Amino acid sequence: MDFAWMGWTPFTAVFFATIAGLILSMIVWEKLSPGGAPRFGVLRFETTRGDRLFVSLLGSAFIHLAWLFFVGDALWYALGLSVLYALAVFRWV
Amino acid sequence: MQRKLNQKAWFLVLPVFLLVAFSAVLPLMTVVNYSVQDTFGNNEFYWVGTEWFVEILNSERFHSALGRQLLFSGIILAIEIPLGILIALSMPKKGWGASICLVLMALPLLIPWNVVGTIWQIFAREDIGLLGHTLAAMGIDYNYTHSPTAAWITIIIMDVWHWTSLVVLLCYAGLCSIPDAFYQAAKIDGASRWAVFRYIQFPKMNRVLLIAVLLRFMDSFMIYTEPFVLTGGGPGNSTTFLSIDLVKMAIGQFDLGPAAAFSLVYFLIVLLLSWVFYTVMTARDGEAN
Repeated sequence: MDFAWMGWTPFTAVFFATIAGLILSMIVWEKLSPGGAPRFGVLRFETTRGDRLFVSLLGSAFIHLAWLFFVGDALWYALGLSVLYALAVFRWV
Repeated sequence: MQRKLNQKAWFLVLPVFLLVAFSAVLPLMTVVNYSVQDTFGNNEFYWVGTEWFVEILNSERFHSALGRQLLFSGIILAIEIPLGILIALSMPKKGWGASICLVLMALPLLIPWNVVGTIWQIFAREDIGLLGHTLAAMGIDYNYTHSPTAAWITIIIMDVWHWTSLVVLLCYAGLCSIPDAFYQAAKIDGASRWAVFRYIQFPKMNRVLLIAVLLRFMDSFMIYTEPFVLTGGGPGNSTTFLSIDLVKMAIGQFDLGPAAAFSLVYFLIVLLLSWVFYTVMTARDGEAN
């Protein structure tokens, strides 16, 4: 099967592998340390671990877009910000 | 007795996983791949990095289309949700009247989107359309091909005509699920019509209303066929919504890279707003539990 039409690049492959890895690691995390039940965080809405991953990924996408709009390139800083944001989401939301 | 865990059920959902993979995940991956490259066909790609994203995010054309789209969805929700609730409340719950109302309400939903656009295109024409001709006879200057205001009004009325029924049917289903005991208790307490709506009907409709708001928001935010058939995005660019602009870019100009970046930003906005609607509307349920 030829997937040339999909226009794969090493960067996009790493991007999707990272997302797949994150989802798999969530499964492993829940198996090793169950605790993904819903909870109320600082924003006063109920979230499971999966919800927090979704909020982290969605927020990270917007952090990157905002960085591109206001600052321009050098997305490593946006990535760093996104990691901090994700840690905050998993800790407090 | 301890139950044995059976994982065979995973095989039953495997076909759905495969179907979603081919119909949604692979195309989405392709769009992501295209958004960071330039292509002229023949599977030849040139890496451009984030260039298309920067171009789209700073494009006046994208900002205008997004503004029009947000305004359109806001107006649609502000009209269709209250109107749908009002009609559902006024519909009879039993007897032949209920059946007739349900059939009448379902009719607009059965008409294909491009046919709806064509119907309204003819209906609103000044020379042969009933609406356009009547308004012209009344001395009202109405021409949706020249006036942006007339074009907007026509598109909004067309969408309200086409989709309010969906809100009505969902709300009606919610209302029909309320047991008579609630109304009897309210009557004994001497509750007013407003109190019955505020404390019985509205909370019971909450779930279906969430579905109605989400469906109408997503549909109106991604609207393409009806305005394309009716106005083609004009006059000028006054009714060029995001999806019309995207199609012009991807198919009209064959700018696949910028169109892919446009699609991803569009997709993320839909995802964010849908999530916000869902979270806000279910937050109270979670707190109550």
